[in-house]
Order: sequence, then C-alpha cells, then structure tokens
Amino acid sequence: MSIGLEHYLILSAILFSIGLYGALSKHNAIVILMCIEIMLSAVNIALVAFSRYIVPLQLTGQVFAIFTIAVAAAETAVGLAIIIAIYRSRETIDAGKIDLMKW
Amino acid sequence: MFDQNQYIWLIFLIPLLSWAIISLILKPFFKDKPKIAGYVTIAAVATSLLLSIWVLVTVLGEPHHELEVPNISWVIIEGGATINLGIIVDSLTAVMLIVVTVVSLMVQIYSQGYMHGDAGYHRYYAHMSLFTTAMLGLVLANSLLLMFVFWELVGLCSYLLIGFWFHRPSAANAAKKAFIVTRIGDFGFLAGMIYLYANTGTFDTAELHQMAISGVLAGNVLTWGAIGIFAGAVGKSAQFPLHVWLPDAMEGPTPVSALIHAATMAAAGVFLVARTYPLFEHSAVALQTVATVGGFTAIFAASIGLVQNDIKRVLAYSTISQLGYMMLGLATGGVAVGIFHLFNHAFFKALLFLGAGSVNHATKTFDMREMGGLRKVMPRTYATFVIGALSLAGIWPLSGFWSKDEILVKSLENQPVLFALAMITVFMTAFYMFRVIFLTFGGEYRGKEHLHESSSVMTIPLIILAILACGSGLLNVTGGFSAFFGHGETYSVVEGLFGIFAHPLPWLSLILAGLGIFTAYAVYSKKWLSAEAIGKRFSALYKLFYNKYWVDELYEGIIVKKVLMGGIFRVFQLFDSKVIDGGINTNFVQGFIVRNLFGWFKSFDQKGVDGAVNGVADTTLIAGKTMRKVQTGQLQLYGLIIGLGIVALIVCLFLFG
Amino acid sequence: MGQVIAFWIFAVIIVVAALGVVLLRNVFRAAMLLILSFIGIAGVYILLNADFLAAIQVLIYVGAIGILIILAIMLTREVPLGSPSNKFRIPALFVVALFFGGVCYAILSTQWQVSNVLPEANTTSKLAVKLFGEDGFVLPLQIIPILLLATVLSAIVLVKDKK
Repeated sequence: MSIGLEHYLILSAILFSIGLYGALSKHNAIVILMCIEIMLSAVNIALVAFSRYIVPLQLTGQVFAIFTIAVAAAETAVGLAIIIAIYRSRETIDAGKIDLMKW
Repeated sequence: MFDQNQYIWLIFLIPLLSWAIISLILKPFFKDKPKIAGYVTIAAVATSLLLSIWVLVTVLGEPHHELEVPNISWVIIEGGATINLGIIVDSLTAVMLIVVTVVSLMVQIYSQGYMHGDAGYHRYYAHMSLFTTAMLGLVLANSLLLMFVFWELVGLCSYLLIGFWFHRPSAANAAKKAFIVTRIGDFGFLAGMIYLYANTGTFDTAELHQMAISGVLAGNVLTWGAIGIFAGAVGKSAQFPLHVWLPDAMEGPTPVSALIHAATMAAAGVFLVARTYPLFEHSAVALQTVATVGGFTAIFAASIGLVQNDIKRVLAYSTISQLGYMMLGLATGGVAVGIFHLFNHAFFKALLFLGAGSVNHATKTFDMREMGGLRKVMPRTYATFVIGALSLAGIWPLSGFWSKDEILVKSLENQPVLFALAMITVFMTAFYMFRVIFLTFGGEYRGKEHLHESSSVMTIPLIILAILACGSGLLNVTGGFSAFFGHGETYSVVEGLFGIFAHPLPWLSLILAGLGIFTAYAVYSKKWLSAEAIGKRFSALYKLFYNKYWVDELYEGIIVKKVLMGGIFRVFQLFDSKVIDGGINTNFVQGFIVRNLFGWFKSFDQKGVDGAVNGVADTTLIAGKTMRKVQTGQLQLYGLIIGLGIVALIVCLFLFG
Repeated sequence: MGQVIAFWIFAVIIVVAALGVVLLRNVFRAAMLLILSFIGIAGVYILLNADFLAAIQVLIYVGAIGILIILAIMLTREVPLGSPSNKFRIPALFVVALFFGGVCYAILSTQWQVSNVLPEANTTSKLAVKLFGEDGFVLPLQIIPILLLATVLSAIVLVKDKK
C-alpha cells in the first residue's frame, strides 16, 4: 500500500495527542515544554504533508513550517529562561506547585 | 364745565386724592410737619363743598330737579348681567352733599385744634379724608351695588376711627363691636339687594323705582327686599335692636363722633331708606316696619339717655332717638319730612358733639359729675351748646322745631300710637339735654383741672354750626324744602313763621319741651327736687334705664356666650372632636390598620425587600466563593479545560456542522 | 516500496520516542528521546520532499532546542522529583482520547483532493523564490528577527543575576 496523505495525518494526530497528554499530566515544567515541542512538530508534519499532497508545486506548507520552527525556537528559549528564573526563586519546577495566581 | 356734568365725579374723588397724598407722600416723607395733612384735607373738603354748592344751584334750576350723568360700564357678561357705575344727582343728592361737606369741613377745621399734638395726626386726617370720600360716594351712587361698596367703606372708616387710639382696649373692643353689629345689618342689606336683583335683574335704583311704581315689582318680593334693605339701615343708623354699638363708639375722638356718629354715617341708614323710598311706599308691611322700629327706638333711646353720666353717652342716645324720629318721619310723611330732620339734626348734633369736645379739652373728662360752672370760663362753648340744645329740644324758631313738628304732624295722621310715644319723647329729649347743660355749665366746678376756653380754631366751627342750627329750619318756612322734593305747597315767609301756631299740635310740642326744660332746671339747677330722691322713688325704672335695658348683657352674656358659644358652636366642636377625631383615633383604626396592615408592610419590608436585596448580595458572594475555586492557579488544569472545550467544539462541529 | 518501509520505520521511531518522553521518569532520558524523535521527524520531511526543511529541523530543533533543553535540565536538577504524572492523568487521557478520536474521524472521512503532480526535488531555491520573491513573505521574514531579538533580550533579562 502506498503512503497517502492520511497516513501522515494520522501520524501527526498521534504525535499531537501524545504531546497533549504529556502537557496536561506532567509535573516537571521542562517536560511540559518538551511535550509542547512535540505538539508543534506534529503540526509541522501535517503542514508539510498537506503541501506535498495537495499543492506540491507551491510549497506553501513548507514556508509555514519554517516560520513555525522559528517561533518554536524563540518560545522554547523564553520558556526555559522563565523556568530557570522560577527555579532560582522557588527551588522547584513542579508545575503543580507554581500556583500563586489562585483563588 | 365739560360735557354732561362729569365734574360731579370729582366731588368724591378729590377727598380720595387727599387721602392718597396723606398716606403715600405726607406720612412717609413729611413726618415732622403733621399740620400739612390737616391743610390738605381741609382744602379737599372745601373744594368738594364748592362743587356741591354748584351742584345744588344747578339742580335747583333743572326741571324735576335732576341732572343727567352718563354711566360707566363696569362689568359686562355676554348674555348675562351688565353692571354699571353711575351717579344720580337729584334733590336728595344735592341736600345730602351739602350736609356731608359742610359738617365734614367744620369737623376738619375743629380737629386741627382738638387733635393737636396727637401722635396719629397723619393717620387721623387720612382716615377722615377716606371717610368723606366714601360718604360722598354713597350719596352719589345710583345703584344698590355701588351704594353697598361705599356702605362697607364707610363702615371700615368708622372702625378705623373708633379704634383710633387702638392701644386702649376699650377703644379696640368698641371698634370691633361697631363693625360686627353693623355687619349683621349689612347681611340683611346684601340679602335684600340680591333678592331684588334675582327677581328684577337690576341694581339700578331708578329702574327699581320704576318697577315698584308700575307694579311690576310687588308683593312678597318687594316686601322682603325692602325689609332686607331696612335691616342694613337698622344696623348703620343704630335702631333697636342693633343700636348697641353707637354708645360704645364714643371711645373714638370727639370730632369723629361728631362727623360720623351724629351727622353722616349714622344718617346713612335714613338716607338709604329715602333713596329707595318708592320700594317702601308700595309695600305697606315694609313701611309699617320702618315706622314701628323708628318710633320705638326714639322713646327707648331717650329713656336710657335720661340717666347716663357720660356726656357723650347722653348725646349718643340722643342721636339714636333722633334717628328713630327720622325713620318715623320717613314712614309717615315721606322723603322730604325725614330728610329735613336729618338735615337739621346733622348741624345741631355736630355742634353739640364738638361742644362736648371743647368741654373735654378743658376738663379732661367726659363725666358730668366732675364738671360744672363752665359757663363762666367757656362762654362761646356755652352759648353755642345752648343753641344746639334748644334746637334739639324743638324750640321755635330754631331748626329742630320745624322738622320735628313736621314729623309729629305726619305721625299723628298715620300712626297715632307712635305719635303718642313721640310726644313723650319730646319731653324726655328736652329734659335730658338741659340736664346735661345744668350739670356741665351750671353750678360750681366740681373738678380739679385748670379751665380755659378753647382756641378759635375750635370755637369758630362751633359758631358757624350754631348759625346753621338756628337758620337751617327756616328753609322750609316757606315750604321751599318740601317743594324741592317735589311735594308740598309754598307759602309766604310770614305765613310760614307765624301761621304755624294756628294749629294745636305745635303748641302741644312746645309746652312739652318747655316742661322738660323746666323740670331739668328744677332738679339740677335749683335743686327743688332731689335727683337721688326721684331715683329712689322710681328705682326699678331707674335701674332699667341706667343698665340700658340690659340689652348689652343679653347680647354678650346670653346670646354670644350661652347660645352660640355654649350651644351651637359647642355642638360643632364636640362633633368635630368626638366623632371625627375619635373615629380616626379609635381602636378600629389603630388596631386593625396599624397592627395588621402596617405590620404586614413592615415584615414585607424586612423579610421581603431586605431579604431580596441581601439575597442578591449573598448569592453573588456564594457564587463568587464557588466560582473562585476554579482558579486553582494550576496551569494544567486550565489546559485541561481548554482541551475539553476544543473537544466539545469538534463534537458540535460534527453534530451540527 | 522503499518509501513505505521508510515511512513505517520513521513513524514507529517517532511515536515510540514521543511515548518515551511522556512516560519516562528520568528527565534526562526523556530529553534524549525527544532528540531522537526530532531526528525521526527530519526523516519524515525527507520522505515528503522537504529536504531544506529536514536540514532546518535537524539544525534548529536538535542543535539548538534540544541542547537548550538539556542545559535547562542540568540547571534545574530535581532528582527526587523526576518527572511524575500528576492528578490530571485520567481526565487528560480522556480528553486526549476524545480529541484523537474526533480528529481521526475527521481525517478519515474527508475526501482529500490529492493532486497527482510529482513534487520537485530541489526545494531550497524554490523556497527561496517563494520567500523572497514577488508575492513572497518578506515581511514575516523581517518580523521573525525582531521576535528573535525580543526573545534573546527577554531571556537575558530573565536569567540575569539580580545582584
């Protein structure tokens, strides 16, 4: 069987779900960030797959993916900087314990 | 003058102008020069006098002795009434104008001396001017409505002047009494006037006369209308039973008594009957009423005047008595007879009052028991006073004789019973007047004051009035006065003067008058008879007369206190406090309404309204307390919820896509 | 045929690595598996004829982001904690399952209009033309550096020593 668009899309969906699950259920803030990266990558796969199979000559999805990668990089940098800063003041990176903005 | 005799309006408007000048200009700005007020008033009244003389001369020349003056429309209601202001100028008007202006002028001049130094000088002359205006307006008015307006205005001025020294409680009370008692009469006047208007549609006296003469206005309507009008006359002219105010009105200054309560306002009642005479002529009942009231009052008042000690009180009762004579004269002899007596009475009564004022000026009292022997010190006052007293007593050839004689003649013809009473009154009149003279001027002085004659400004009016008191009666010697009123023949002067003695009646009246004078002489001058002994002998009568027949006590003690205040008004008051107030305050209201209704309101307010308001607040708080638990501060929870939301969106998209 | 096998290999690597990231307790090992996952994704890009993108993926994701994550892990060592799961495990699983179910259903039920045109081999120049040419994306390309500048500055500020 040849690989069709659906395969890539299902792959992307699986990756996204895994990433989503991790982002919602892990304590460690850095692990949450890693799962966010997984989600972003899943989206990239979907974008490129669409581009390849629906409008192959236009490379639109790839362009979009480039931008996504750039933004992901920036966001990771800032997120990690925040985590380090929190770690410095609170000695913890447990997402469940960083809840000052509560009722 | 300018067309259609419009200048006649000025006769009463000029004193009005003087009133305005005194009140608005002199009193505020010339407070320290009070004499100017006197001069202004005298000038105004003198001008009115000149105009009145002009009117008299003109009227004498006119046929029917009438002048035409056009009316001024006052109220015009479409399809309804029109009320005009107008003047009527006939013989009656002309005579009254002369009376009022002459007496007023004399009194104003006299007042300059009498009221000298009084704090209310301006006020006095302002009120006097206003009174003169009102009286002249009353005399000139051609409709009952306009007459009523001036009638009330005259009453107001009387009130103001009786209570001139208002800080004296007796004066204030007397003013109130005068106003209220005359008001009772005025109510009758108003009722009669409106009753006539309702049945005839007019207030105009000329038209009413026409209707009465032609018989259109007759029967009960005419009778009750006439009696209503007479009620007003009874009040103003102090006839029984509304006579009680006049003696008390002597609390006012003596010139006021002279002008208002002797010569003019008191005579207004007589004038009113004269003005509406055709109405009385054609109603026998009304005419009889007038005669009876007048005749009774004459003897009633004279009897009281026999025993009074205050000189002004005697003169007041004398006035009431003479007014009764006038009413009797009107009823029996017609307008000319009654008005002639009014004409003469005005002069000699004013003279007597001013004389009393002059006496008061010297002795500082009105009580005759503290006077005596004044004839030596005050010769002019004494002489003029005696002339006035003789005229009043009806001694030939002074004025009182002529007019009183006419009345006696006519009443003998028409009302014999009243004639008898009138004759007795002749005796009484002479007696009490000369009692006054002997007590005041005769004998030796019993008081303590330093005596002196009054100044010229006071005695000259006395002299002028004395001349008039002598001569005014001679106007009818030739029958001229009666002819002026349209009836009676004229005779020559000699025939008139002496021919009178051809009839027995003048002899009888002269003998009675002489007897009265002699009796007074015997008791008070020569003391052949003791006054006290006579008083003891007739003690019951004496008490009756001295206490004024207890009429005042009847009015104030019984009618006012018991019947009205104790009876009717008390019933009203009890009704109000028990029934109306009681009903509001009873248990029904308090118990049921207050407890239940208001209680329900209260609980509704506390539980319902407050509960709702608090409930809203509490709900908000509880909602907030619950809702805030959502804000755990945990990022992943938020993420979870977002995820749920997205899933929900996807599901919705599939379901409803 | 080759593509099919390659696809399946890469797919398995990616999924297993991702599962490992989520499920492993040891944070460091999770990071390693993440990098493995990124490399697998690069392989998928090559399969999709996006060679330039594959290179970028390795350069940036693996070279920069992965290293950065390892750096951060080193700096925030919490050995006892590791990477446990929290109380939202089951709800998250539920939500995720639902989500996955829905998306799969959407993917499978849509009629994709797949084109038959073969893609071109050398995408770099084509991408360059696409990005920088007329009707290109020059503006976003200029904004990205600004974003990166902001990122750099904020990162410096955040981790600066306060003394």
